[in-house]
Amino acid sequence: MDSSKRIISAMIRYFLVPLLAVIFGFFICSIIMIISWQDPVKAFHALFEGAGLFGNIRRFGYTLLAMTPLILTGLSVALAFRTGLFNIGAAGQMLMGGFTAVLVGISFTNLPIIIHLPLAVISALVAGSLWAFIPGLLKARYRVHEVVSTIMMNWISMWSVYYFVPKLIKGGYETESLPIQETASLRTDFLTNLFEGTDVNLGIFISILSIIVVWWLLDKTTFGYELKATGFNKDSAKYAGMKVNRNIILSMMISGGLAGLAGATYYLGFTNKIIIGSLPSQGYDGISVALIGANHPVGILVSSFLLAIIQSGSDQMDAIANVPNEFVSIIVAVIILFAATNKTMKLWLDKFKKIIFRR
Amino acid sequence: MLEALNNIVPLAICFTTPLLIIALGGLVSERSGVVNIGLEGILGFGAFTSAYVLNVVLNDFSFISLCIALVSGAIAGGFFSLIHAFASITMKANQVISGTALNILSPALAIYLSRIFAGSANIGIKQGFLKTNVPLLSKIPFLGVLFRDAYITSLLVLIIVIITWFILYRRPLGLRLRSCGENPHAADSAGINVNRMRYLGVFVSGTFAGLGGAIIITTYAGEFSINIYNGLGFLALAALIFGKWKPFGVLVAALFFGITKTSAEISTMNNLLKEMPQIIFTTFPYVATLIALVVFSKNSVSPKAAGEPFEAGKR
Repeated sequence: MDSSKRIISAMIRYFLVPLLAVIFGFFICSIIMIISWQDPVKAFHALFEGAGLFGNIRRFGYTLLAMTPLILTGLSVALAFRTGLFNIGAAGQMLMGGFTAVLVGISFTNLPIIIHLPLAVISALVAGSLWAFIPGLLKARYRVHEVVSTIMMNWISMWSVYYFVPKLIKGGYETESLPIQETASLRTDFLTNLFEGTDVNLGIFISILSIIVVWWLLDKTTFGYELKATGFNKDSAKYAGMKVNRNIILSMMISGGLAGLAGATYYLGFTNKIIIGSLPSQGYDGISVALIGANHPVGILVSSFLLAIIQSGSDQMDAIANVPNEFVSIIVAVIILFAATNKTMKLWLDKFKKIIFRR
Repeated sequence: MLEALNNIVPLAICFTTPLLIIALGGLVSERSGVVNIGLEGILGFGAFTSAYVLNVVLNDFSFISLCIALVSGAIAGGFFSLIHAFASITMKANQVISGTALNILSPALAIYLSRIFAGSANIGIKQGFLKTNVPLLSKIPFLGVLFRDAYITSLLVLIIVIITWFILYRRPLGLRLRSCGENPHAADSAGINVNRMRYLGVFVSGTFAGLGGAIIITTYAGEFSINIYNGLGFLALAALIFGKWKPFGVLVAALFFGITKTSAEISTMNNLLKEMPQIIFTTFPYVATLIALVVFSKNSVSPKAAGEPFEAGKR
């Protein structure tokens, strides 16, 4: 009896509340569309059709392609959240990871793919975690709030890439780098053919593997428990003999490493080069993914899929239903607002549950 | 040297003005106990509203229209921030998350509305406020440079800072508001309606941030576009921390950021400094911020209850 109650409670927390948030999100957005004289049924049909949910394998490939970095940035932000940190800097860490990976991908020639590709991917991981080391250190040592410091690091990364790409690996245009060597690319003919010519790449396996690793790390290891305990209550963690400052820095570095991997999948698997002058939007989308997925690895799998659908279907929605691209971000924001109110929503659901079970 | 100062200061003031009013908005909100990370989104929405009012509704760029645009931007910001207030105060949502939701919502909503109602993602502004020398104040020896070649909005913001300080530290209302940010339960037992105070704090914060957005539109931006969202709201958060959550501290911090950013921009035009690697100048404002935070964060004095939803039954 007790365990069934616990299962119901967990179901509400991890499944019902996010689901309700998504439903509310689409509902509110339908109202906004109706107010601005648009047809929500037509728009959402176009959205899902554009994402390939109705059997178009090529479009579905684009959805998977969009999903690949979102999983990793979502995991990055979620791991930080679970350990009490708010990492807005995933965008910068992703960019630095991608930049390093592209640098490795261009500069080493004549390496076999079996060495070159892992080298590029691992260098992205290392670069991302080193970039996150700085805000981690500032937080642990000087109590600088990570929200502000990671945002500053984002801008620093953008301008650093802006400076170093034309200096080191200038490509055909002023604003982009050379393309990477074939041997550093995550694309494979097998996946490209399977999805009829889209750029779905090996990155999707990196992403899914990362989900499993993060789940195992956070829920099955002592180390993960320590990280969570530090985030939950720093003083009691310290009292229990944990190295609080070390744990803060390590949480930040793992989080940054995941964002760096996202950079590897994006730049080595999709763009094949670096275009300067902006931060990758996936870094910020990672916040949405983590929040909608309730910071749980399985939730992130679902929420990144949802976000990828929304993103890859938005062009179709624009073309067929004449709803501007920006609208999809409104959907996401409304979903997050509802997901953020989960405490009160859960309270209401618990009351509702009590009424039902008493009967 | 003096000439360089005369060049930099007016430009720095121009950039400082919106930053200051936005940071002041963050101050009022955090003092009432609600962390407002959504400043960036609110300022963008205020900017959109004022540009829309100016270009589409009034289609006139006279001084009076510009003032109406300022007011409408501020009001729009206030009402937009009520989303954050409702989620984080009434629904007890995590304040950082609901602020983030505003940041995601605002650019999307503003550009969407702009496309639907103004026909394009950009709204051009033909004519903003003109730069003038403030009468009397610009004649002061040395300090007068602060008021030379300035927009009228700079003076407006300075007055708002003084009024805010006066209300927060010299009036009962300010004491009540601050007590909700320090110890809401004590405030509650003294008969203060904590949630109402926090709504007030967030609304005022939204008004200030919206005004900041409107100031950007009516002074140096030239148009409303997605580029309005360039991180000024987050820089305002840094100024708030750097200024130790005090109105005049924030004033000094905002001025510091204004001068670092402007001198970084000006140095790229200077022939002597042109030879140096550009990265030094482009990253300078951000590195300077980080260093400033390291130096000043150690004995942080943030409002104690900021970030926590108020629950009357909790001890």
